[in-house]
Amino acid sequence: MKRMMTVLAMTAGMMTTAAYGHGYWILPSSTVLSAPQFVTFDAAVSNDPFHFNHRPLAIDELQIIAPDGSRVAPVNVGKGELRTTFDANFEQKGTYRLAIYREGVRASWKEGGQSKRFMGKAADFAKQVPESAAELKVSEIANRLETFVTVGSPSKLKTSGRGLEVVASTHPNDLVAGEPLTLQFLVDGTPTAGVEVEVVKGQTRYRDQKSGQKFKSDKDGNITVTLPEAGMYWLDADYSDNKVSIKQAKERSLAYVLTLEVLP
Amino acid sequence: MRLAVIPALLAALFAGASHAAGLDVKVTVPRINAAEYHRPYVAIWVETPNQDIATTLSVWYGKDKGEGKGTKWLKDIRQWWRKGGRDLEMPLDGVSGATKPVGEHTLSYTEGKAPLNKLAPGEYRLVVEAAREKGDRELVRIPFTWPVTKATSLNASGEHELGTISLDIKP
Repeated sequence: MKRMMTVLAMTAGMMTTAAYGHGYWILPSSTVLSAPQFVTFDAAVSNDPFHFNHRPLAIDELQIIAPDGSRVAPVNVGKGELRTTFDANFEQKGTYRLAIYREGVRASWKEGGQSKRFMGKAADFAKQVPESAAELKVSEIANRLETFVTVGSPSKLKTSGRGLEVVASTHPNDLVAGEPLTLQFLVDGTPTAGVEVEVVKGQTRYRDQKSGQKFKSDKDGNITVTLPEAGMYWLDADYSDNKVSIKQAKERSLAYVLTLEVLP
Repeated sequence: MRLAVIPALLAALFAGASHAAGLDVKVTVPRINAAEYHRPYVAIWVETPNQDIATTLSVWYGKDKGEGKGTKWLKDIRQWWRKGGRDLEMPLDGVSGATKPVGEHTLSYTEGKAPLNKLAPGEYRLVVEAAREKGDRELVRIPFTWPVTKATSLNASGEHELGTISLDIKP
């Protein structure tokens, strides 16, 4: 988990190791809309869900997918010191998916007594990392970050079959405080046991106890969460396996991060 | 004497004919002291015991605010919106209307006619939900049995955004 966070922090364009172990998230201003309109978003890397107190999140690879499958481009994108902000116009009825999905390779090795690192696409790996590198450690990553916004009635969500994904028993824009929510975790489209999940209500800075709920998916890939209070929740799921595409890699780390709004 | 009885009988006969089964609902929009007061958005519906909407009776919202604008805040009638309001196209003939001023408002719904239509015999609840801009949200429920053999009056009261709600069920 820690290593994965570092990787994401690096992919987010941060070259500092100070980012070690930080979470990341996208926070919508609204998730349930009764008329077409703009929604604004904060995107940040921080330890405290929805408190932008560390670094902005790069959104170069953000996809905003409309209910009909078309893409919406973010507008008014601004990258500040603490957060990235952007707006998006939601004109269709149904559910929009906002997702940042990255697959990549990370490697570390020694070269003339110096530690070297690589983080990037598989295609660049062979070009930038010498084949005979000493103490070469290679692993692959597949990180997904998501949130959803619905205009009118929620529409059915489709999974992509790549990386770590979730299928929710209740539509993510249809959550009410106190109702149990079953989440099924899929790895490359297959329900998978042993996914480690943490769910934390936002604004931890106003509580003494972070009070995160921890789960591990069962044999059908399911966890059941009760969200007792209305609010914004941050879900972080992690898994690792050895389905790798590069021969030097031994392990693949998968992560899934989701922002959920629960209404009273 | 006989002469007096006949018109009374006739009147009773006609009253019976026009007196179809239905629901009369009185909703009181309370006076609220606020520096900036906006009339509440209100939804009135009939709910089944498992909290599904049997039928939406009335929706008052700010449709005078220009095309598409009034619907922007319909989601704030939160429970109605989630349970089925979001599946309706506004404006809805005979159901939707402009927001109402402070005071008592009487609404009449007749069985067999939209929006009450035909209600299967059973247990129901009348639900009134109000949400006010710069104000709060409140929901009041009145359980009732349908149909009734004799006229029945029920009432309940909100504390914040709704005053007295009364439900007269006509056999």
